[in-house]
Amino acid sequence: MGYLDGFKITFGKLFEERVTTEYPKEKREKPDRFHGRHVLNRYEDGMEKCIGCELCAGVCPAKCIYVRGADNPEEAPVSPGERYGFVYEINYLRCIHCDLCVEACPTEAITESKLFEFSFDNRSDAIYTKDELVVDDQGLPQKQPWELWHVGDDLKTSGWMRATASSGNPAYENRVGWSGELGYGVREPERGQQFDESEPQNVDGKDDQD
Amino acid sequence: MTGDPLFHDGVDLVDIGIMGLKVVVAFGFLLVATMFMVWFERKLISDMQNRIGPNVAGPWGLLQTFADGVKFFFKEDLRPENADPLVFRLAPYISAVTAFLSFAIVPVGGVFKDVPGTTGTVNIFGRETFLQVADPPIGILLLLAMSSIAVYGIMLAGWSSGSKYPLIGSVRASAQAISYEAALGMSVVAVVILAGTLSTHDIVARQAGGINTWFLVTSGVIPFIVFLIAATAELNRPPFDLVEAEQELVGGFHTEYSSIRFALFFLAEFMNVITMSAIMVTLFFGGPAGPIFFGLTWFWPTIWFMSKVMVFLFIFVWFRATLPRLRYDQLMDLGWKVLIPLSLFWLMFISLKELRASNDWNWIATYAAAAGGLLLGGTLLITALRAGDRAYQKDSEDA
Repeated sequence: MGYLDGFKITFGKLFEERVTTEYPKEKREKPDRFHGRHVLNRYEDGMEKCIGCELCAGVCPAKCIYVRGADNPEEAPVSPGERYGFVYEINYLRCIHCDLCVEACPTEAITESKLFEFSFDNRSDAIYTKDELVVDDQGLPQKQPWELWHVGDDLKTSGWMRATASSGNPAYENRVGWSGELGYGVREPERGQQFDESEPQNVDGKDDQD
Repeated sequence: MTGDPLFHDGVDLVDIGIMGLKVVVAFGFLLVATMFMVWFERKLISDMQNRIGPNVAGPWGLLQTFADGVKFFFKEDLRPENADPLVFRLAPYISAVTAFLSFAIVPVGGVFKDVPGTTGTVNIFGRETFLQVADPPIGILLLLAMSSIAVYGIMLAGWSSGSKYPLIGSVRASAQAISYEAALGMSVVAVVILAGTLSTHDIVARQAGGINTWFLVTSGVIPFIVFLIAATAELNRPPFDLVEAEQELVGGFHTEYSSIRFALFFLAEFMNVITMSAIMVTLFFGGPAGPIFFGLTWFWPTIWFMSKVMVFLFIFVWFRATLPRLRYDQLMDLGWKVLIPLSLFWLMFISLKELRASNDWNWIATYAAAAGGLLLGGTLLITALRAGDRAYQKDSEDA
């Protein structure tokens, strides 16, 4: 029918199902490798992982990370090595959540959680300092008053790190190459990075659980 | 006796009161209808694009337009430094007022039956009157006049903004309106010839008596199709919305407008959509004609009228959801090379038919002459179009 075919298509759309997720009312499940706000991880013995090397600040394309390293105090060392992150600040008015800092970090200190619904009402709240970023004694992120949390959002805080770690190379699948985390121990690698016919493929778009 | 029977035996206070009531009701109805038209368009176009559309303000988002209107009132009213202060302020009102006025001639109800003296009237406070704000003898010409004046609103808005995009948009608007008004007018004339009157009330009365007497059928569909396309162009609606082509002209003529002045343009645009749909129903679809079932007899024609208008509102939105915008030369080609010759030819054909019927001419001779005229005219037209194309090609090769 030439010109009239288009009218048929638009009319047919009236009866099709809508694909919209009405966001504030209903929320999609987030993938494990979600890029949310950062956390600074600690080892299982409670020591901080950050060594103040500033690689994250160097790689940050938005220049939102500010790090100052310092020598560990001899009596009460903060991190296992020689140096530790003395100042650690991330400006969330600048951060684009690209996770390059996570990939750059040599000690897996900085990772990203699944938290993303936060709205601060002044600029100083937007700058997360080390006090706010570092995980608590259970290894969970600290809740800030302006953050909206959902059940489970605070649990999977290092999916992207494990997916992109040097030993997370698909060829090294299932071989752990990262250190343990406070509250979790050594986490399992994520499955499904390499095509394997023996395993059921991830066809529904949802990531496998830990 | 012609015209509204309300004024046949002099004018007293009750007549004036009824007129005032009609004006207020029509005004209020049109405003509310426009509000829902905006909602209807947004909702329907999102349905056609697999979206949900407004659904937060009120049930099914019905109050979205109201919320937008309130927002517009509280916005800052900006006027560019280079704008002409008086004309810049005047232009939105020209658009809005003409949009209101053209609806006045539409008969929105009344039982049209062939009973002398009672055609299409209703009884309000003991007075017989038409269910339309005004039935001037010039009737449908008022619509053409108002749609021409409405172009001034757009033209002046673009010109007085003191900015280049509005100016381009308004120049396009004037050229487009002039081109399509000819085709629009000629398809209206076809109806007027058949009806033998300009009055919208009488045009509807001539169509009383079933679908066979609707001018859609008796005029042979072509004038309706021409009217529909030309009306879409007159309304500056997609696919003829070059006036406000977002990708090229930001917002077109209303780029520099904000706050309630912008809202007035918006209001006028959607009100014109309703008016044009109503005019199409009046001219081609028997206006409020339709079967009357039970209960209130004056109630059913209005329902029929509204349902017919709704169909056209749906069609206008459907156009927008389906058709991409025309290029400017395509727009002009369609207007001047297709619609105007077509409507001109059809107009002459209908005139000839009517003349033959009233003068009792020999029909073989009449139609032979018509075919000869068509052949001659068609050949000349095609030759002219070809010459134009050759000149255009030569120009583009030289350039």
